[in-house]
Amino acid sequence: MARKKIREYDSKRLLKEHFKRFSGRDLPIKSAQVTESTDFNELAEKEPWLSSTKLVVKPDMLFGKRGKSGLVALNLDLDQVAEFVQQRLGKEVEMGGCKGPITTFIVEPFIPHDQELYLNIVSERLGCSISFSECGGIEIEENWDKVKTIFVPTGTTFTSEVRAPLVATLPLEIKGEIEEFIQVVFALFQDLDFTFLEMNPFTFVDGKPYPLDMRGELDDTAAFKNFKKWGNIEFPMPFGRVMSPTESFVHGLDEKTSASLKFTVLNPKGRIWTMVAGGGASVIYADTVGDLGYASELGNYAEYSGAPNEEEVLQYARVVIDCATSDPDGHKRALVIGGGIANFTDVAATFNGIIRALKEKESKLKAARMNLYVRRGGPNYQRGLAKMRALGEEIGIPIEVYGPEATMTGICKQAIQCISAAA
Amino acid sequence: MSTGQLFSRTTQALFYNYKQLPIQRMLDFDFLCGRELPSVAGIINPGAEGFQKLFFGQEEIAIPVHSTVEAACAAHPTADVFINFASFRSAAASSMAALKQPTVRVVAIIAEGVPEADTKQLIAYARANNKVVIGPATVGGIQAGAFKIGDTAGTIDNIIACKLYRPGSVGFVSKSGGMSNELYNTIARVTDGIYEGIAIGGDVFPGSTLSDHVLRFNNIPQVKMMVVLGELGGRDEYSLVEALKQGKVNKPVVAWVSGTCATLFKSEVQFGHAGAKSGGEMESAQAKNQALKDAGAVVPTSYESFETAIKETFEKLVEEGKTTPVKEFTPPQIPEDLNIAIKSGKVRAPTHIISTISDDRGEEPCYAGVPMSSIVEQGYGVGDVISLLWFKRSLPRYCTHFIEICIMLCADHGPCVSGAHNSIVTARAGKDLVSSLVSGLLTIGPRFGGAIDDAARYFKDAYDRGLTPYEFVEDMKKKGIRVPGIGHRIKRGDNRDKRVELLQRFARTHFPSVKYMEYAVQVETYTLSKANNLVLNVDGAIGSLFLDLLAGSGMFTKPEIDEIVGIGYLNGLFVLARSIGLIGHTFDQKRLKQPLYRHPWEDVLYTK
Repeated sequence: MARKKIREYDSKRLLKEHFKRFSGRDLPIKSAQVTESTDFNELAEKEPWLSSTKLVVKPDMLFGKRGKSGLVALNLDLDQVAEFVQQRLGKEVEMGGCKGPITTFIVEPFIPHDQELYLNIVSERLGCSISFSECGGIEIEENWDKVKTIFVPTGTTFTSEVRAPLVATLPLEIKGEIEEFIQVVFALFQDLDFTFLEMNPFTFVDGKPYPLDMRGELDDTAAFKNFKKWGNIEFPMPFGRVMSPTESFVHGLDEKTSASLKFTVLNPKGRIWTMVAGGGASVIYADTVGDLGYASELGNYAEYSGAPNEEEVLQYARVVIDCATSDPDGHKRALVIGGGIANFTDVAATFNGIIRALKEKESKLKAARMNLYVRRGGPNYQRGLAKMRALGEEIGIPIEVYGPEATMTGICKQAIQCISAAA
Repeated sequence: MSTGQLFSRTTQALFYNYKQLPIQRMLDFDFLCGRELPSVAGIINPGAEGFQKLFFGQEEIAIPVHSTVEAACAAHPTADVFINFASFRSAAASSMAALKQPTVRVVAIIAEGVPEADTKQLIAYARANNKVVIGPATVGGIQAGAFKIGDTAGTIDNIIACKLYRPGSVGFVSKSGGMSNELYNTIARVTDGIYEGIAIGGDVFPGSTLSDHVLRFNNIPQVKMMVVLGELGGRDEYSLVEALKQGKVNKPVVAWVSGTCATLFKSEVQFGHAGAKSGGEMESAQAKNQALKDAGAVVPTSYESFETAIKETFEKLVEEGKTTPVKEFTPPQIPEDLNIAIKSGKVRAPTHIISTISDDRGEEPCYAGVPMSSIVEQGYGVGDVISLLWFKRSLPRYCTHFIEICIMLCADHGPCVSGAHNSIVTARAGKDLVSSLVSGLLTIGPRFGGAIDDAARYFKDAYDRGLTPYEFVEDMKKKGIRVPGIGHRIKRGDNRDKRVELLQRFARTHFPSVKYMEYAVQVETYTLSKANNLVLNVDGAIGSLFLDLLAGSGMFTKPEIDEIVGIGYLNGLFVLARSIGLIGHTFDQKRLKQPLYRHPWEDVLYTK
């Protein structure tokens, strides 16, 4: 959904492929992707330049500051690249507070250069802003006063007058080349539904612009019109987001249905668990537990919405309950089955799946001393709530059930009281 | 944007992409509010025209359906709101078409997943032309007592509970559509209710923003205070912060930005809404709440105390005498839809059709309780399917095999018999397959193809009454009825019908009893003594053997057998079988491109 970061390899691939389409000219970009499954011999056969040039290798994991973190190796031959990769592949690193294994590298020709330029395009509400500087590279922040920025309102033609402020002061011998480069990159930015694109730095190779580092974000809702142009594109998870088997299972469910099913474990040992209907409400339930001072006890974030069918809800609820009830420790726990007042989702129908899962997991729920807190409104909510109450009696699990007459997050407070009360 | 009211009690909308429920909900709301004019003037359903029947209270009304945006706008020039229920693929194009119509002022886009670049085009066009876009990815909005977009505010019960059928004095705007409904309830509990509520949608760049609507509410005299529910991600809330700081808003604003929990996530996180993505510090819920508070909004410490903050702000307005008491009225009762009333157990209604042989409501269709998958997996044949759908039971394989043999034997009998002839003539007249088939089938009756049924009936009657073959045949003769199943145009006593012999051999090998067939053979022996061509024909063989199948399988009671023979099952077998041949003849003629058939004069005896 929405803006998705893509790998540097894909950013450069799209730039190279479509630059040619827009300008008829080739950019001398060469790059290769290395993952766990890469066979270096095969790769060298496919990309002969790998064996004939000195190379650069770096992780391609959606995080920056790789040079500063010593994760970039320069001027290597292919064997040295293979060795560099082998030493780091699958190894966990910490970047900006996020820990995760390195799974993907990008390998490119080593390009000695003295010129480092900067180009950045960002999609904004009323247009796009384009920033350019002759002083790019890792010192860009320090040289921010040299960055020139223009704003191109949606629907304006990108004429030379519009571009002028970016390139006016450039030396004549490179001005034309850079102006054309910016023009073409902006055209493909729009054509390919980029929402963000940055080259920091780019330089010149044989008189042609050459991005040394590149970041890109695409609008994945535009996939339906771009799947041919994008080719085999990958939208990796944000760095550090490693999915547990249960999370992957829900992610798989989510991808198969038109409904939305989200599940993230925040603290496997947490004692307050949530299973909330609605994109807006689910965030608020998690917020409230935290805002009331119990963030450390919050087990998960979970959202289901978009009218999933009973079977989908059942499978989803099983996962949430399994995680919430794992490793009983004798202390009370709370499961918050919450939601706002639905506009059109049939509450009784979606509750059927949850109720089936709760019945199945009766002994686990009891072993974990789980207390259930339910709040929901919307079409047919009376029947849904009545079934929940009946379930509590039937399987003998403490359950509190509320409708729209109660506040939405009142049950968060109750859940907190439940787990804080003396065992 | 800015300026004031978007809707009134006479606002009418055009509804793109027909959806029965949301339109009906809009009309129910109209009725509840005492509107005289339905709020949906016309429906646009690409490729369709005509009318859609919907309820307006107890009455049914017909709402015109148009195939294009342009046609709908031309037909309903006073409808200035365009409600777009198109899919995310086509929502942008249809919305742009609507914005370009001079009569359309407000476009609400429901679809989630409209590409950002497309929405930006809509935003640019709307700004340049002074129009308003609500959404995408929204449920819409509502002006209490006046106008409602689509599914906003959910069920009628909820609308009544939230007093949305009459205006209150709170302007509300949120990103989330689901939460907007929740807040309508909350606001109704602690204030005099909503004046107008808008859900701007969860996208990164909504068509109109939180501050757009707050500034608009500020210009509506009836709105006395505003409630805003924001969300982490994006910088939308900061334009509201700016407006507050610049003193552009002179009514109290109670605000909360959700997403404080994002800090609990270790990596970057994308919540349910496209715009709800943890990004820089500025875009966090905490920073936005702080900024709003600093700019003068009432910001609670958590969502849980949002309600109290709204309550206190409203009570202060009341104390200051800034609110005007709301005129209460009791909204009329909306007649309940039959299916909803049935579901809730309040009423019952008789069904008009009863069916016992198949059921298509579950995971897969069932024939007489047997799911399609097991029919295929267990290698059932056509005979088994017939046994399920006609006899409602699984007959033993020898029975279903016998049925299949009968079908094969009766599938065709050449081009000259009346059924095939009719099909051929019809096909040659250029008619379609079904016409050609039925014109052939229509000849089946007492003279053509009916003999199996009759043979079974008469043989059964005679045998059951214990008539000797002599008594039976002579009795028939007295009544002037030819014995059905006896006699052949070519076959003779010394040259029996091969098909009859095959059927008899099969039955003798597999059937537990062949008493009716033996009886038929005795009848044949008697008739052959009268004339050499009075052999037992294939109709007589099938008819008598079918009686043996029914009686001998032990799976039918006597009354069941009488019924099967009585209502013409055997004729059904012939009709089914011969359809195969008639379809074949039809295709044959079409393949051969045969011209219109005309019977030659020479072949007609013209006489007086």
